[in-house]
Amino acid sequence: MADIHNFTLNFGPQHPAAHGVLRLVLEMDGEVIQKADPHIGLLHRGTEKLAESKPFNQSIGYMDRLDYVSMMCNEHAYVMAIENLLGVKAPIRAQYIRVMFDEITRILNHLMWLGAHALDIGAMTVFLYAFREREDLMDCYEAVSGTRMHATYYRPGGVYRDLPDSMPKYQASRWRNQKNVDKLNESRSGSLLDFIADFTNRFPACVDEYETLLTDNRIWKQRTVNIGVVTPERALQLGFSGPMLRGSGIEWDLRKKQPYEVYEQMDFDIPVGMNGDCYDRYLVRIEELRQSNRIIKQCVDWLRKNPGPVMLDDYKITPPSREQMKAEMESLIHHFKLFTEGYCVPEGETYAAVEAPKGEFGVYLLSDGANKPYRVKCRAPGFVHLSALEEMVKGHMLADVVAVIGTQDIVFGEVDR
Amino acid sequence: MSARLEALASRVIAQFGERVKPVASTCGELTYELAAADLLSIAKTLRDDPQFKFDQLVDLTGVDLLKYGQDQWVTKQSTRTGFSRGVIRRNQNDQDPSWRFVVIYHLLSTVNNVRLRLRVCSERGQIGQGLPQIDSVVSVWASANWFEREAFDLFGIMFKGHPDLRRILTDYGFIGHPFRKDFPLIGNVEVRYDETQKRVIYQPVSIEPRELVPRVIRDDNRYDAALTSGKVNHG
Repeated sequence: MADIHNFTLNFGPQHPAAHGVLRLVLEMDGEVIQKADPHIGLLHRGTEKLAESKPFNQSIGYMDRLDYVSMMCNEHAYVMAIENLLGVKAPIRAQYIRVMFDEITRILNHLMWLGAHALDIGAMTVFLYAFREREDLMDCYEAVSGTRMHATYYRPGGVYRDLPDSMPKYQASRWRNQKNVDKLNESRSGSLLDFIADFTNRFPACVDEYETLLTDNRIWKQRTVNIGVVTPERALQLGFSGPMLRGSGIEWDLRKKQPYEVYEQMDFDIPVGMNGDCYDRYLVRIEELRQSNRIIKQCVDWLRKNPGPVMLDDYKITPPSREQMKAEMESLIHHFKLFTEGYCVPEGETYAAVEAPKGEFGVYLLSDGANKPYRVKCRAPGFVHLSALEEMVKGHMLADVVAVIGTQDIVFGEVDR
Repeated sequence: MSARLEALASRVIAQFGERVKPVASTCGELTYELAAADLLSIAKTLRDDPQFKFDQLVDLTGVDLLKYGQDQWVTKQSTRTGFSRGVIRRNQNDQDPSWRFVVIYHLLSTVNNVRLRLRVCSERGQIGQGLPQIDSVVSVWASANWFEREAFDLFGIMFKGHPDLRRILTDYGFIGHPFRKDFPLIGNVEVRYDETQKRVIYQPVSIEPRELVPRVIRDDNRYDAALTSGKVNHG
């Protein structure tokens, strides 16, 4: 009889279902996975070391580039860590803006996840639908910060600027006639808040649309039910957080359990799974889309009624306005010092965590009193989840590896840092 | 500090007594310093004892304290030409590596909803040129696996008892531990495609290291412990 050996298969790093640059070395017995060894680090940029060589504020932009589909949530953790050490808190309006954009970011992320995950296991249409709504949310990012993705909008002591009174509009071109442009600009005629309010009214119907495509879809269920099951005990042991933990049936959400900013004022529910498989995690994330929509609505209502400052008035941390800078000597000095040397953060250490769309994103900050951090450590949820990949795929078929990578919602920007 | 943390602090002291040393925090967080020899037993108790129930290891990271509290720009005096823009390289005294590398553990109890930070100094090991070493906590929390591989890769800390201590983030065949404070930010080697050899080759870096903003530490009375005593928590 011929000798039968296990077959070693190299999956990635250039594979459309590897969600970036994941190299998986799989040991296969026929089509069944015996061992999976993820090789990561192909996107390692040394973000933490770079942050140690720059004044505090100059690293906010690096945080966007970690998990590059949930940009503002990463900024949030970093900015919160600095605020902890400085002993300051953002003004209440800035806190509402942060919560609103955290939730917008959550929808952005979950839509990207939904589209990519469905595409990986064979459902093409969802991707196109999800990107239609993502476009509107990217416009919100652009209106408020000037960029569609890497916003650098949150700052220690608040947010960079208040919400704009007008939205950028489409213009007619060779490819888009005036009639279409008018239709697109209809919801863009008011302020940013009007546009977001309009979006929150439209969005629940869109989620219904995604669900009709997937939730009861026979093929979708065959690909996800009972795939990658994680028990609650193992989920805790493996350090899971976010939808991965809730999918396994543990009710844990930092927004409820350790509320930061104004999440205490918000009315929303945490969805929890029962079986800990890919399908439950899908249902959890779909429900999170609806809950995020609810939170955004509440924020819009509050923000409409309560104007106020969005940045602290402490010129040792936040820059004075341009007008003041041109008129007053003191402000000019403050401005110059802030943008050349930065500010010194008192000695100490802190860990600030936010409920990012993928799970707990935390920043451990150690300061020795200098104008640069001594050590920054970003706790990325994806890194922890990916470390459990082998356990989740063992005994499954090769095609299920793709489903498990999808359900973990892996983004290599944060895994490799 | 919240009442929940106060209660936890008293329980920790009652359980471990002299073996843990509280570290003062300005942010209302709970940190304890402990000896490397005690790590495993204390970690197991923290996980299993019903009064602690730290069921998750949220984060594990190494810290290199080589240049802690050192600034690059002496601001005591200025010359006729103003402050120097250049960076003054000081001679670093070789510090004892066992004091250089610290491992930070962040624990979370989902049952009691509290967080705890452990700070453990690594010991000087016998391997190599005395690489720092410490017990692995993979047997206590499975999530430590990749975190410890990362700390080994970036800082060169050896975790005793780790099932598979390999590099994780750096390139195949990488030399050195890049997050150590004596490792240059721009690295030691760069890669390029060589036309004659028809392959990608490694060569020493060709760019100069430079500092855009020097590191400065200023005495700031606003953060003086004596003046802000209301805000400072001990233990």
